[in-house]
Amino acid sequence: MIDLTIDDESLKVEEGTTILQAAEAAGIKIPTLCYHKALSWYGACRICLVEISMNGGSQIQASCQYQVQPGMVVRTDSERVIRTRKIMVELLLARCPNSKKIRELADELGIRETRFPKRDEDCLLCGLCVRMCHERMGKSTIGFAKRGIAREVVPPFEERSEVCLGCGSCEFVCPAEGIKPEDICKKEIKPIASEFDEKLSQRSAIYIPFPQAIPNKAVVDRENCVHFLTEKCEVCKEFCEADAIDFSQKDQLLDLDVGAVILAPGFEEFDAALKGEFGYGVYPNVVTSIEFERILSASGPYKGKVLRPSDQRHPKRIAFIQCVGSRDPSCNRGYCSSVCCMYATKEAIIAKEHDREVEPTIFFMDLRAFGKDFDKYYERAQKEYGIRYVRSMISAVKQMQQNKNLKLKYINDGREIVEEEFDLVVLSVGLIPSEKIQQLGRSLGLKLNKYGFCETQDFASVKTSKDGIYVCGAFQGPKDIPETVIQASGAASFVQGDLASVRGGLVTKKEYPPEIDVRGQPPRIGAFICHCGINIGGVVDVPSVVRYAQTLPHVSYAMDNLYTCSQDAQEIIKEKIKEHNLNRVLVASCSPRTHEPLFQETIREAGLNRYLFEMANIRDQCSWVHMQQPEAATEKAKDLVRMAVAKAAKLEPLQRLRLSVIPRGLVIGGGISGMSAALSLARQGFEVYLVEKEKDLGGIMRNIHYTLEGKDTQQFLRNIENEIRNNQLIQVFTNAEPKEISGYIGNFKTALTSGEELEHGVVIVATGGEELKTEEYLWGKNESVVTQMELEQRLSRKSSEISNLKCVVMIQCVGSREDARPYCSRTCCSESIKNALKIKETNPEAQVFVLYRDMRTYGFKEDWYREAREKGVIFIRYSEQEKPQVREDEGSLRVSINDEILDETLILQPELVVLSVATVPYQENKSLAQMLKVPLNDDGFFLEAHVKLRPVEFATEGIFVCGLAHSPKFLDESITQANAASSRASVILSQDEIEAEGTVAMVNTTRCSACGMCESLCAYKAIEVKTVDEKRGITTAVVTEAMCKGCGACVANCRSSALNLRGFTDDQIFSAISSF
Amino acid sequence: MKEGQTVDTEKAGWEPRIIAFLCNWCSYAGADLAGISRLQYPPNVRVIRVPCSGRVNPYFIIKSLQHGVDGVLVSGCHPGDCHYINGNLVARRRFAIFKSILEFMGVEKGRVQFSWISAAEGERFSQVIKEVTEEIKALGPGKRFVKEI
Repeated sequence: MIDLTIDDESLKVEEGTTILQAAEAAGIKIPTLCYHKALSWYGACRICLVEISMNGGSQIQASCQYQVQPGMVVRTDSERVIRTRKIMVELLLARCPNSKKIRELADELGIRETRFPKRDEDCLLCGLCVRMCHERMGKSTIGFAKRGIAREVVPPFEERSEVCLGCGSCEFVCPAEGIKPEDICKKEIKPIASEFDEKLSQRSAIYIPFPQAIPNKAVVDRENCVHFLTEKCEVCKEFCEADAIDFSQKDQLLDLDVGAVILAPGFEEFDAALKGEFGYGVYPNVVTSIEFERILSASGPYKGKVLRPSDQRHPKRIAFIQCVGSRDPSCNRGYCSSVCCMYATKEAIIAKEHDREVEPTIFFMDLRAFGKDFDKYYERAQKEYGIRYVRSMISAVKQMQQNKNLKLKYINDGREIVEEEFDLVVLSVGLIPSEKIQQLGRSLGLKLNKYGFCETQDFASVKTSKDGIYVCGAFQGPKDIPETVIQASGAASFVQGDLASVRGGLVTKKEYPPEIDVRGQPPRIGAFICHCGINIGGVVDVPSVVRYAQTLPHVSYAMDNLYTCSQDAQEIIKEKIKEHNLNRVLVASCSPRTHEPLFQETIREAGLNRYLFEMANIRDQCSWVHMQQPEAATEKAKDLVRMAVAKAAKLEPLQRLRLSVIPRGLVIGGGISGMSAALSLARQGFEVYLVEKEKDLGGIMRNIHYTLEGKDTQQFLRNIENEIRNNQLIQVFTNAEPKEISGYIGNFKTALTSGEELEHGVVIVATGGEELKTEEYLWGKNESVVTQMELEQRLSRKSSEISNLKCVVMIQCVGSREDARPYCSRTCCSESIKNALKIKETNPEAQVFVLYRDMRTYGFKEDWYREAREKGVIFIRYSEQEKPQVREDEGSLRVSINDEILDETLILQPELVVLSVATVPYQENKSLAQMLKVPLNDDGFFLEAHVKLRPVEFATEGIFVCGLAHSPKFLDESITQANAASSRASVILSQDEIEAEGTVAMVNTTRCSACGMCESLCAYKAIEVKTVDEKRGITTAVVTEAMCKGCGACVANCRSSALNLRGFTDDQIFSAISSF
Repeated sequence: MKEGQTVDTEKAGWEPRIIAFLCNWCSYAGADLAGISRLQYPPNVRVIRVPCSGRVNPYFIIKSLQHGVDGVLVSGCHPGDCHYINGNLVARRRFAIFKSILEFMGVEKGRVQFSWISAAEGERFSQVIKEVTEEIKALGPGKRFVKEI
């Protein structure tokens, strides 16, 4: 080891170290230019000059090449050094006045202008590129040629090289932006396109695949990484302080023993280039919807600005073309992709929100807004955002040569062919199962349908053709997020059933030491400040933050760690807690969002309550965002530590509430959803109470006799009823309804109208829905006007009445999609096709007319819509403003409708008019919602916690919803949702006790004025005003801790300051504020 | 602050001190993303993490101003995205009223600001911090509630 002094700091370094390396290790910065950590030194630029005093003399030397010697005294910032360095920079500035890097160096040294005559070179002759190519890329494609002032960097014979990889590392290291791989490489230079940004931006060969990746770690792309091409490079290794890069890693084949398999491989977008008429891949301003999604994203290629690819200008007129690769048998994509109408609408709205000038137009065939509340969104898109919808398909897109705009030809409302110019065209591409996914299915021996999606069993949309293998998401068929999430939980429910006997078999319980009682102790805070390698330490002066922390009140101990999150640091924290008798711990490092649980676990293992922990974020919110201002960043880090210490001193141990769980479920409603939910819970081994208000089980399904796909529903219903009757775990109560429900997650009590009192841990709401009793179109006044369900009854009887029919008119959207019920009932389009086909089957001569607004036969149901047209069913569109008229004329029915295509009014004389009436929720939902304290939406359906991500749960824990009570849907969808609800419910039922977070609201009863503001604000119904002591007349707010989520909305709103939020008390936050 | 000093002389080299109350689920995560993306912004803001913008009591803001902080930013999830269903809407209602009280009390417009920043909006976070810092810098030191001794 060698002793030396750099800028008055005494250092001990190993022999052979250069002065630059020694200074760097000590955190002393010396400016460099031709130096690169991963390359050999060169000493060309002389920027890193230092003054070395030794043996009485002093000399100026380049620190990058000069090795340390004993007794050396080095100055990096003496007057002589600065003066000499300035001359060097001026000389370089004269040579390359346009280099940004040199301009920066000049600015740092306060040089405004060079005193030397300027030349306009783009090469400093620093040799970084030459060394990089030779030493690291292993290629030596470029080298120095000629001498003196003619010296330059060129490939051999100044010809473009065949050896060159085109890796671009020369360009990457060049400080003068003077070298272009295109001038060196014979091959075409292809930047690596970012997959996540849909190839609209570039990425490096080592990269984090996307911002939300789990784990959020970098991966090496072996196809493009130079190391895997030449076995050299490894530059990244020099920079990774954690030494985490391991090129020797190989793909591994793992054998896993499992009891069941769930397939969730997702989908791929349809390749829009296959539809050549739209010019995708040829015209730069024709993009797919997923590319446009990235363009709109704040983290996307244009940072969320609405720009078009050809010239990065704001496009004003944007056209969306729907059904690209959907509803199109010409490319074997006969099905509807189900989601494109809505995502196009969403993208149009977002584009408009980002840029008010944008004028989106959506060209479509049928607008399929069939999901819950989707129609309202569609209405808003038109009325609030002014998005234009044109019911017309585009046959071809042409590009204008000059401005790269696009011309679309279509037929407008007036049945004229018009041409319109757009700045950008977005193709709404369909969903397809990729070849790879299909192969996976085939290799597992699964049946796939004709489009390559996974076939599933009747009435069980998650069961594949093979026992024990389940499927969910778009591999089963194109679907939106809520349906995907529902299927995922539904598939899980079957696995939970299959594996019920071994549940928890692989779980080992962690043992903790008893908690140290810190009550009454003065705070003794331990502060651990993290370098995070150079992530924090490279900007923030961590040692000075530690020294500062030691001076703060209540801090008993402070230290720095290279990585506070490393395994050995956890041991150190535990040791220090014991050694210094610490009772609060502060870690100043990265984000509590990622690392708080880890440190909480550590201090708990050391016997401290896990809430005696606080974090200061000095990386993500300090060193990383103030990289150019190390001093300001250090000051900020000190402030953040001081504020966190002030809060930490006020921390109190909190207890997580433990609640026992009654392992029984209550299912309200004995229709197909309720029965399926009950059976699913029973299959998982839980007892279930099934409550039905009528005398029989079955609900609305008793009126459904077959499905569109031709399956026998009544047989299925009988089987399920039998299963329920024979299942010991299910107790059925008919002619009964809940009268009163009290309690909370894990511990509910329900009194039934039939007198029973039930105790259970969860509630599943499956109250169903019914057909609207309409007053339109003479229903109830003329026997020949029936609903679809009434028709189905007649069809199932196979009476001669049907076989003699000559003309039937079906009217869609009766009571749906209008002011009174602004939602789509989802099933009616397919139901009418089902019944129309049935009529055609018994009597091919019968004329069937379907009067519709949009045919919403989504997914594979589109195939049946096509079949109906092929069989001669006639579809006539009408608009909301021009509804068809039904009247009685001398005993027979007359239907008049304006045909848009013929532009004439047609008069039909059917023997039967069939109404596709809306599906409506039960009125009783209101009282049940009040009993359960859960919300309904405007239409009277139950409102789930999150429409996309939590489609079967309520915000109130322990209560779930499925079936028509949630929204109109098909049988198989109801059944899957019922299974999903049972899967989510079993997460609670399978635990002996559940732990609630400790950060909940609390009430100071002496201050509470019982105003009830808190109660009205709480989204979780976790706080209510109650009389707690009748004798003394004390009425106060009471928090049900098991239900409180700790948002603090009630706390901040309390006019008497009677409320507080544990872990974020007023006092703690005030402390943080007043210590700033 | 020393007596007799004028705002103008103070303004030279003066940097505002700002407190930001960020909700844990959106805006705080957005701030983290700005860091992960290495987006640079002025170092004037100190963040206090709260579970939800709905937790922010108007008194926190008054207290900050009393303490001599020059500006306050409150940021939560976008409407409709609240982790706690509607906490941010509660905050919005509360601050709509609070703003007029601040105005009544003579607090300059722009000294206390509210915004919505999602977890995916690192870029926006850095932009908001830049703008807020600039605006508060232009307003000068916040002294309305500071007792000068």
